[in-house]
Order: sequence, then structure tokens, then C-alpha cells
Amino acid sequence: MSLNEWIFIGLFFALSWILPATPIVLGKILAPRRPNPVKHQVYECGVETFGDTRVQFRAQYYIFALVFVLFDVELVFLFPWALAYNQLGLFALFEMTVFIFLLVVALVYTWRKGALTWA
Amino acid sequence: MDITVESIVFLIFGVLTLGSALLVVTTRNLFHGALYLMASLFGVAGLFVLLAAPFLAGVQVVVYIGAIAILIIFAIMLTPQVTAMRSVRTAQWPVAVAVAVIFFALLVSVVTPLMDELGVDDFAADFTQENPPDVPADSLVRLGEQLVDPQQFMLPFEVASVLLMAALIGAVLLVWPEGTRSTPPGEAGDD
Repeated sequence: MSLNEWIFIGLFFALSWILPATPIVLGKILAPRRPNPVKHQVYECGVETFGDTRVQFRAQYYIFALVFVLFDVELVFLFPWALAYNQLGLFALFEMTVFIFLLVVALVYTWRKGALTWA
Repeated sequence: MDITVESIVFLIFGVLTLGSALLVVTTRNLFHGALYLMASLFGVAGLFVLLAAPFLAGVQVVVYIGAIAILIIFAIMLTPQVTAMRSVRTAQWPVAVAVAVIFFALLVSVVTPLMDELGVDDFAADFTQENPPDVPADSLVRLGEQLVDPQQFMLPFEVASVLLMAALIGAVLLVWPEGTRSTPPGEAGDD
């Protein structure tokens, strides 16, 4: 197993934890602690929240998630195809065109239905 | 079993996967459960890397963590009161435990003969070796070639597209029934 190829990914992964953690830890150590009610507010500025933070969102937003999932899966199919593109003939291009066309039909349908307007 | 870098990494990802999976079912907060599920799926992606299947690892991250988990979080946020509500133990829990145990037994009974058939014992030995059998470097290119090869997976490939299209159109139809074009139901709704 060539885990060596993954060392850089591992390094980046470790860095992605270290970089945000460092200022938080440093802040905990260095910052003076003199709390008062204003400091404990969620927002430094702006309107204070009212009611429960956890509200129910409109069910129509689920369509956005669904459209995203669809094109996410499309990407998974596109990736190996794109890698093998140089070895493939015109027929493969045609196949991928059909593949994408069908998904575009679905997207256009969703669009025409008005499901993508952020009402 | 010798301690190699692989076995240590395997241990880390194994603990991450199983530990997060355990937290998914034990946490009282559904939203936290969804986040633990993402951690668990990430652990599985790491295991795919160890199995020399980087494409599957990528798919795991893109589709499961990127898409399925987002769907689950959307579903939680769209369900009334469910985010604030802490799940309580209902009278159905013995039934749930029984179903889970039966399903686990079923999985074991299916997978075990399969493992003998594939000679997974040998594979387990390979796993701890210094140089297990290598996966060809161009496996992903081959996957791409076979995916569009009429002799191989061309039809499933195109059918997948039809399936995705049907899924989206079906979902839109469910949310916006026919004849309600561009006027989503509950326009004056409370949001």
C-alpha cells in the first residue's frame, strides 16, 4: 500500500485543524477575562434575536438540496469519463452528451416550475 | 500482527467510524447525530483509502458527506420542532433492538460465506504485509473506459441519468403539484 501518496493530504488535514485551533487556544490563554452581559451576547452588533433559534424551514428548500445531490452524483460519473477522455472515441462524447442532456432537461423542468426561485 | 503504519491508520479510522456510528444512535440531539454520521462516513472514506480505492474514497466524501448528509440535515431542519426536540425513548425500542439484531445476523450470514469464497483470510494477511498486491495505476481510466463501453456498462450508465432525471422531476412534482407553476404553495406562509 502506498500510503506515502496520502501524506500530503494527511498534512493538509492536520493543518486544517491546527490553523483554526491555534487562535482559539491562544485566545483562551492570553485574553483577559472580564465578562459582562453585553459581551455574552451572540451578536456584536445588529438586531437582537427573538423567539427560538431553531425554526422550521420551508419544505420547498428541500428541492435545492435535491438538485445539488443530483449534480453531485453527475460529477461522480463525469470524473472517470474525463480521465479516460483521451482514449475514448466520439461515441463516448455522444454518450456523455446524452447523459448530461437528460439532467439538463430535469434542471430546465425544475427551473420552469419556479422551484429555483428563492421565494 | 505486526504494527505497521497501515495498521495504525486503520485503527484510527476504524475507531473514528465505529465511535461516531455509536454516537449517532446514542446522542439525544438529532442534529448532532447527523454531524456524527458525517464523521463516521469520513472514517469509511479513510478505510477506502487504506483499501487502495481512492476513487471510492472521493465518491464517499463527495456523495455521502457532501450530498446525503446535507439531505439529512435539510430534512431535520425542515421537520417541525424536531431540531429542538430531544429524541425520547419510546415504547418501541425493544422492537427496534430486535430488528437491528436480526438485520446484523442477516448481514453476517450473507457476508461470511462470501469472505470464504473470496479468500479474505489471505487478504487479511496481505493487508499487514509490506507490499500487498498493487492496484493498477490506471484503474480509474479503465473505469471511465468501461463506463461508456457499449459492451460493458453503457446501458446502466445512461439509465442512471434517466433515474436521476426522474428523481428530480418526481421531487418537484411532489412539492409543486401540477398547475401551480411559479406560485409555490403557502406563498403567504410563515417563514
